[in-house]
Amino acid sequence: MPKITLIEFNGQDHTIDAEPGKSLMQNAIDNMVPGIDADCGGACACGTCHCFVDEPWRESTGDVDAMEEAMLGMRPDRADNSRLSCQIQVSEAMDGMVVHLPEFQM
Amino acid sequence: MNQAIQLPDPWSMPLEQIDVSDTRLYEQDAWRPYFARLREEAPVHYRSESPFGPFWSVSRFEDIVAVDSNPQDFSSEPTIIIGDLGDDIPFEMFIAMDPPKHDVQRRAVQPVVAPQNLAQLEGLIRSRVTDILDNLPLDEEFDWVERVSINLTTQMLATLFDFPFEERSKLTYWSDIAAAAPEMTGGDVSREERVAGLTECLETFTRIWHERKGREEGFDLISLLQRDPHTADMVDRPMEFLGNLALLIVGGNDTTRNSITGGVLALNQNPAEYHKLRADHSLIPNMVSEIIRWQTPLAHMRRTAARDLEFHGQQIKKGDKVVMWYISGNRDETVIDRADEFIIDRPNARKHVSFGFGVHRCMGNRLAEMQLRILWEEIMQRFSFVEVVGATERVESNFVRGYTKLPVKLHAL
Ligand code: HEM
Ligand code: FES
Repeated sequence: MPKITLIEFNGQDHTIDAEPGKSLMQNAIDNMVPGIDADCGGACACGTCHCFVDEPWRESTGDVDAMEEAMLGMRPDRADNSRLSCQIQVSEAMDGMVVHLPEFQM
Repeated sequence: MNQAIQLPDPWSMPLEQIDVSDTRLYEQDAWRPYFARLREEAPVHYRSESPFGPFWSVSRFEDIVAVDSNPQDFSSEPTIIIGDLGDDIPFEMFIAMDPPKHDVQRRAVQPVVAPQNLAQLEGLIRSRVTDILDNLPLDEEFDWVERVSINLTTQMLATLFDFPFEERSKLTYWSDIAAAAPEMTGGDVSREERVAGLTECLETFTRIWHERKGREEGFDLISLLQRDPHTADMVDRPMEFLGNLALLIVGGNDTTRNSITGGVLALNQNPAEYHKLRADHSLIPNMVSEIIRWQTPLAHMRRTAARDLEFHGQQIKKGDKVVMWYISGNRDETVIDRADEFIIDRPNARKHVSFGFGVHRCMGNRLAEMQLRILWEEIMQRFSFVEVVGATERVESNFVRGYTKLPVKLHAL
């Protein structure tokens, strides 16, 4: 199982054994990582699972599609490496990945 | 109340005759079984005639999310309420625009309600809440809607706009008339009154805009609009300016007001839940989400089909009205357990459709939640119970789900 580290805005880190095939959002929720609300349950329709993927792993997480782009566009703290964690399918290639969580979800 | 004509039996009447736009369903709080039947038998339901013309109803949770996240097929233009916009004032608001225009305008005003800004406001909001609660009588009947719900949300609005505090009741009035024309949602405000009121709203804010121009500091909505290059000259486009004002005034007023009232009602109808709250105040944030789901302050949003399309086997034609009934999605048992019940420690309480989904998802959701959280934290510090002691009166509308009266009595700790 790939190990993924999620770092809260306050610096607190959580390393989880992620289950490939499931979304990063689902993996974080299953492991009780705070800082992701996921109000829509993974439908790419709420934007409350926002995260920032550290540079070396950006490619492994795939492309941002039009709908995710639209939802990300509504966020004031949007950055180049912004992603919606419900749109990232965890794979073995993500072993060691580091992801930062935003100060607030909205 | 218009009870002269009895409502038809929801289960035996012909399916195609069900008209969920009938405002009596909401005034009499009789809507539940009609939607239960639609969800079960006709998830995409056509009603060929109504005071608002023909329309499709989407009633299941998942289908609402799908329509709400598909602005290409389901357009927010020309308007997002079931009725037609009166042609009296041709408003322009981003809630009724599609991408990309919507995105540009929303991005310009969004920072004012971003959580970073709200954190700065929390202290001010708490002191206003405290003030209002400390001035309420104990053991004496009064109207919660007027003294708390309206009073508090009006003060919040005045704060957000940095509006002259003594004149703040005007904000409530403009909010009340903005979406209450009969042809829009079945309200009872005349066209003349609406035009006069909204004209005054525009004039007042135009004056404030010019007075404030050039001011460097300030995180109120007007200052933020002035500082963003996309909106710095919005005052020169009066219908867009008025539209955005109306959107923020209505968005931040009625909805929160009715959630404040709804929470008191829900806790009175469910004493066991109230005992949970008394025993554990840390349930408040979760309860706030549950109140907003249970109340569903906006019963629907409408879209217009942008092309001919098929949905659940139904042929929807370009130009047809498609109404997403949030009030029904929030009672969808296939997604929400015991959906008709009010459960303050419900798991996944945030998973509701009251704020909509997709690019139009409510911009003020965190502000609304914060106001309700602070209010309930302060109520718990002061009163043992807010007791409902008389009949509620409900708003006659298929859009705004709310109350005009809730008689209560406060009991000391
Ligand atoms: C409990 C309180 C509230 C509820 C239930 C509520 C509900 C909604 C709903 C259903 C929508 C449309 C979503 C869609 O089409 O998918 C919306 C949009 C909006 N709301 Fe709220 N709202 C609330 C509070 C507020 C507050 C306090 C503000 C104040 C700033 C606000 C501002 C807005 C704005 C500006 C939009 C338009 C967003 C867009 O089109 O991009 N709302 N709200
Ligand atoms: S969970 Fe809603 S967008 Fe990811």
